[in-house]
Amino acid sequence: MTTTATSTVTSASNSSALTQLQRLEAESMHIFRETASEGERPVLLFSGGKDSVVMLHLAAKAFWPCPIPFPVLHVDTGHNFPEVLDFRNRTAERLKVRLEVASVQDYIDDGRLSERPDGTRNPLQTVPLLDAITDGRHDVVYGGARRDEEKARAKERIISLRDEFGQWNPRDQRPELWSLYNTRHRPGEHVRVFPLSNWTELDIWRYIAAENIELPPLYYAHERDVILRDGMLLAVGEYVTPRDGEDIERRTVRYRTVGDMSCTGAVESPAANAEDVLAEVATSTLTERGATRADDRMSEAAMEDRKREGYF
Amino acid sequence: MSVDTRGSLLRIATAGSVDDGKSTLVGRLLHDTKNILVDQLEAIERVSQARGLDSADLALLTDGLRAEREQGITIDVAYRYFATPARNFILADCPGHVQYTRNTVTGASTADALIILVDVEHGIVEQTRRHLAVAALLGVPHLIVALNKIDLVPDAEQRFAQLNSDLHELADQFGVLALQTIPISALRGDNVAEKSPNTPWYEGPSLLEWLETLPDSAELTQSERFAFPVQTVLRPQSAAVDPELVDYRGYAGQIAAGTVRVGGTVTVQPAGRQTTVEGIDLAGQPLEVAVAGQSVTLRLSDQIDITRGDLISGVDTGAEPSQSVEAVVCWLDEKPLHEGQRVLLKHTTRVVRGIVGSIDGRLNLDSLSAESVDSFGLNDIGRITVRVAEPIFGTGYTQSHALGSFLLIDPQTGRTQAAGMIQDDSVETPGVLGSLKAEHGDWRI
Ligand SMILES: Nc1nc2c(ncn2[C@@H]2O[C@H](COP(=O)(O)OP(=O)(O)O)[C@@H](O)[C@H]2O)c(=O)[nH]1
Ligand SMILES: [Mg+2]
Repeated sequence: MTTTATSTVTSASNSSALTQLQRLEAESMHIFRETASEGERPVLLFSGGKDSVVMLHLAAKAFWPCPIPFPVLHVDTGHNFPEVLDFRNRTAERLKVRLEVASVQDYIDDGRLSERPDGTRNPLQTVPLLDAITDGRHDVVYGGARRDEEKARAKERIISLRDEFGQWNPRDQRPELWSLYNTRHRPGEHVRVFPLSNWTELDIWRYIAAENIELPPLYYAHERDVILRDGMLLAVGEYVTPRDGEDIERRTVRYRTVGDMSCTGAVESPAANAEDVLAEVATSTLTERGATRADDRMSEAAMEDRKREGYF
Repeated sequence: MSVDTRGSLLRIATAGSVDDGKSTLVGRLLHDTKNILVDQLEAIERVSQARGLDSADLALLTDGLRAEREQGITIDVAYRYFATPARNFILADCPGHVQYTRNTVTGASTADALIILVDVEHGIVEQTRRHLAVAALLGVPHLIVALNKIDLVPDAEQRFAQLNSDLHELADQFGVLALQTIPISALRGDNVAEKSPNTPWYEGPSLLEWLETLPDSAELTQSERFAFPVQTVLRPQSAAVDPELVDYRGYAGQIAAGTVRVGGTVTVQPAGRQTTVEGIDLAGQPLEVAVAGQSVTLRLSDQIDITRGDLISGVDTGAEPSQSVEAVVCWLDEKPLHEGQRVLLKHTTRVVRGIVGSIDGRLNLDSLSAESVDSFGLNDIGRITVRVAEPIFGTGYTQSHALGSFLLIDPQTGRTQAAGMIQDDSVETPGVLGSLKAEHGDWRI
């Protein structure tokens, strides 16, 4: 996360028209400054995934030369890729931000949550997340969701009010006018803030390339043992073992999103750096979730239901 | 999808009555510009088939909530992102029902262009007038009326001619300066991305051609006078990310209007002091010049007491301190507005307590005149005076959207209750209020 003069997004040409990336970056910085000033105990949800990495990079830029004025929170499913956890720890250390971890495994171990029959842990993140928000008395919670990801997300405001149960009520959202953000809420409620709302997947990759932002290595091509299941390439390991009729193959793959190892699929790709990925994304014919996330395929309303319950 | 890295960004919003075809049009735009990915198209084909439709219902692309799909209507604003080789677009698809007018106001407040749909079978309806009023009031730079469903009428040419002239007359009454009307079929795609052979009598551009060539409003704002509401003061002291910066003191914000240069003279309000810009930083990168839209940090030559909510501006911004705000508001809350009501007013980065001093008139959309009322209900548009506990530094909305806009917030629930636009009666107001005043006398009835 360089915040020095190496940035190419911001080294504007002489023309006074801002580029798309400049406008998006400025909007996100504005959102951070506005909401962190109005909130009392903000926290940023940090998974180590590319969107949350970009979000953290923008936060660092918004408050430079001050350190980021809030901690980061990771909801660890216990099924995360080790490379991602390693990256998460290094990044928090480098930026001198406090890392809080809410562990799904702890909840399963002490019986507050039980494993789902399908083994997927993404839906189990909601309870530890809401508990961590309540325990930390966080009133402003930054999430890296983008509106282009999915239809229910396309309806989400930049500032989204959650009730005491963490629920989102899509039929009663606050109007969001100009760039005047309203973070007011009653005790017990909190606001989710989505600084990347207007970014597309392509914008994210262009920004990563332009700003030279480091990502967990599994976003780029590497060799891995995988099996093909439900049309997805899943990494073989502790959480995924071949079933009858499934063959282990070694392929050159990369990930488009990082999540639970048990349900995040890889794509075959030789893309070794951000520019290569950018070229690939620009010509892709599938959405990133459609290609790689089993949990989003479950039903047409899958995401909306989880969002109502307080999922990010 | 192809995005020009230097490509400009245009924000558009849709409006119009329910069933006029807004969602279908948005789907059509995405489809014809090849911005729909295979799995998205497959998903809506599956659903359309299950419902017994013979072709994919493109409206399903934006109607993302379960209740919307079940009822076949749009409930909330859906944001869509698409690109053509010429430009990138952010599109806000707004619902049509009267009860959701606040969403149209939301979409229009940030739009460079508003597309109002009219069903040619029904012609101009109340929602058309309401949405024209919203566009005029919010000063949306470009207004397009898409006359939809021309495939359904045998006399499309005549209807287009008639509606075109009626709409221009109405737009004149509202004081809308630039209006483009385009006959389309969202269902068939006529005049959406490309000019249609079915309308040889229509000589104008297709909708997409028009959208691709409109100037975006960010550039217009750059020519306004410099205005920079301070969001936060950055003083790292011993926590500085770079040990050399322990004495750093900068004022962070997004430039709301105009241009700032190192060495330029600025005024600081409410301190009322003038000083010089010593440096402009973008996260460690020094800039010589910065323009409207950029989020930067300013360093100033003199030690002045500055906090969040203060305004750094060009010497002649014309923002005067005021504790009595005269404004037109769109009332967006179910809870009505009464005289004497306590509110929070958010103007730029400043939140102040206020009391509604008087309700000075409501816009009647049928007669297009002001009427005397003692409260506002949901979706009412009218003029009020708010007294505030501390001065705000505003200008009329028509001079500067950034310094002329505000929110009213319910101090108890935190709900956003109104979109407010400051009126400066000393200047000629183009748009709905100016024309209303000229024709129907003063708002304070
Ligand atoms: N014949 C015809 N029907 C259309 C056209 N555009 C939309 N419709 C139909 O009008 C109905 C309402 O469309 P929808 O896009 O949901 O309207 P919305 O409420 O404005 O979003 C649907 O049945 C559409 O298929 C058109 O150009 N021609
Ligand atoms: Mg609709």
